[in-house]
Amino acid sequence: MFEKLDQIFILLRDWVVSFLPPNWQAPVGVVLGVVAIVCVYPALFAIAVLMERKGLGRMQNRYGPNRVGPFGLFQPVADGIKSLTKEDLVPANADHVVHFLAPVSLVAIVFMGYAVLPMGRGMTLAPMDAGLLFYFAMGASSELTVFMAGWSSRNKYSLLGAMRGVAQMISYEVPLLMSSVAVVMITGSLNLDKIVAAQNTYSYGLPHWYIFTPWGLAGFVMYAIAATAETNRSPFDLPEGESELVAGYFTEYSGFKFAEFFLGEYVAMLSISGLGTTLFLGGWSAPLQALEWVPSWIWFFGKVMLSICVFIWMRGTLPRIRQDQLMNFAWKFVLPLTLVNLVVAAVWRFMGDGWLRWVVCSAVVVVVYVSAALGGMRREKFGPRSYRYAE
Amino acid sequence: MSVMFWVISALTVVSALGSMLLKNLVHCALLLSVTFAGLALLFLQLDAQFAGFAQILVYVGAVAILVVFAILLTRSAEAPKEGGVFSRTWLAGLAVAAAVFATVGSAVLYSVRGLPHETATPEVTVLGIGQSLMSTYVLPLEIVALLLTVATIGAVIVAMHEKPEKKIGGTK
Repeated sequence: MFEKLDQIFILLRDWVVSFLPPNWQAPVGVVLGVVAIVCVYPALFAIAVLMERKGLGRMQNRYGPNRVGPFGLFQPVADGIKSLTKEDLVPANADHVVHFLAPVSLVAIVFMGYAVLPMGRGMTLAPMDAGLLFYFAMGASSELTVFMAGWSSRNKYSLLGAMRGVAQMISYEVPLLMSSVAVVMITGSLNLDKIVAAQNTYSYGLPHWYIFTPWGLAGFVMYAIAATAETNRSPFDLPEGESELVAGYFTEYSGFKFAEFFLGEYVAMLSISGLGTTLFLGGWSAPLQALEWVPSWIWFFGKVMLSICVFIWMRGTLPRIRQDQLMNFAWKFVLPLTLVNLVVAAVWRFMGDGWLRWVVCSAVVVVVYVSAALGGMRREKFGPRSYRYAE
Repeated sequence: MSVMFWVISALTVVSALGSMLLKNLVHCALLLSVTFAGLALLFLQLDAQFAGFAQILVYVGAVAILVVFAILLTRSAEAPKEGGVFSRTWLAGLAVAAAVFATVGSAVLYSVRGLPHETATPEVTVLGIGQSLMSTYVLPLEIVALLLTVATIGAVIVAMHEKPEKKIGGTK
């Protein structure tokens, strides 16, 4: 019975498609998968927005929204109605075509990333051999839409916010990719299904998730930092800094276009959490061998929502980082650590099984991290800042 | 030469033409990134997955952003130039472009004749690319890496304004 529950979405799709002639079955099956993704993830977005507002409220010692439904549960509906009925203001000087296309292309590109995520056993929409590369290609394309939004508003502050946002996203693109390369190295494939299958093995009832290895833990932490910066979440949310730049690159957007940007940001967050769970947290595999009877998609979505909770927790707890501190952190700290992580992963792979590789790899990771952190702190001269510009 | 090929190439050619002919420089840069995406689609249509996705990742994700940053920082995006977009030396430009096209086209055509006759398309996987990069083509790989490093350092040196002293004491 639980196997059927595990495969219920695939069985449902096959049943619906079986009413059609054979030529139409495969395309309509794909279209059904697309429809499912487009329906499920905005629903998760609504839940995530509600969780965020209530969670942040509780962390700040207040209730979140509690008027609209019981415990404020219908707040996303109210938000949706508001954004649909608000007046759509476009500045007279703005570049209307690009201003319109920016949120549209952001949402379209961000949704493309879901095509390769394995959401359950056999539930990948488009299993590709170079799946991870496809995901990162889509992530890189979404940076251009941020620039489009900021430039088309013909607003100095929007442009500043857009340039900061793009600079931040490019800087953290490299640690994001490099921390995933360690996973690809150990698995030997860019195919996300194979990466999950490699983590789906158990020894003594405990899973072989990559986060439970020294290089995997270091890689996961760096991936999480880079993912927070890629989606412009706190503590890296200076491009949309609410106290500096009004709203950064989407200052001049109102009504539904703002809702599209908001949707795009949360969908990107869900998508990058999905990739993080696939790479490091074992995707759809269960935490203990005894719990394998629970359907695989429940584990996947559970892990994704847990990552969202961690994102919200970080937003409520950590202060915002300044732009130059942010970029220094990326290029001078995280990037060298990802390179060291690659070496540690290689040592892990070639050392063979046993307790020695745990000791050696953990020792290397801890020593490099501590020495890099202490070294970075020691060189910090706390005097007046001096700048050197390129002209 | 399927329908897909004609559609993708129409998209690519139209956006390339647009990126040449439009007055607004940022529109040209955005259409250029659409051209890059069209080229990536052509690679994907030929089943070269790695080349297609790497094209998107590198060109649309980095080169296009570099182009728009360059346009922004040199402040030529605010108003279209007076006097139209055609320069006065357009005939020489056309001649040079035709010469380059003839050279590259003839090189491609002669190289096709020189290839051994293979009836089956080879299966190009990322694994195969990686293995050949590390064994047959390791010297070009290292030379390209060195070239990239030299270019980065050289760009910073060229762009940085040499100030004799006054490094402490606040902003410029």
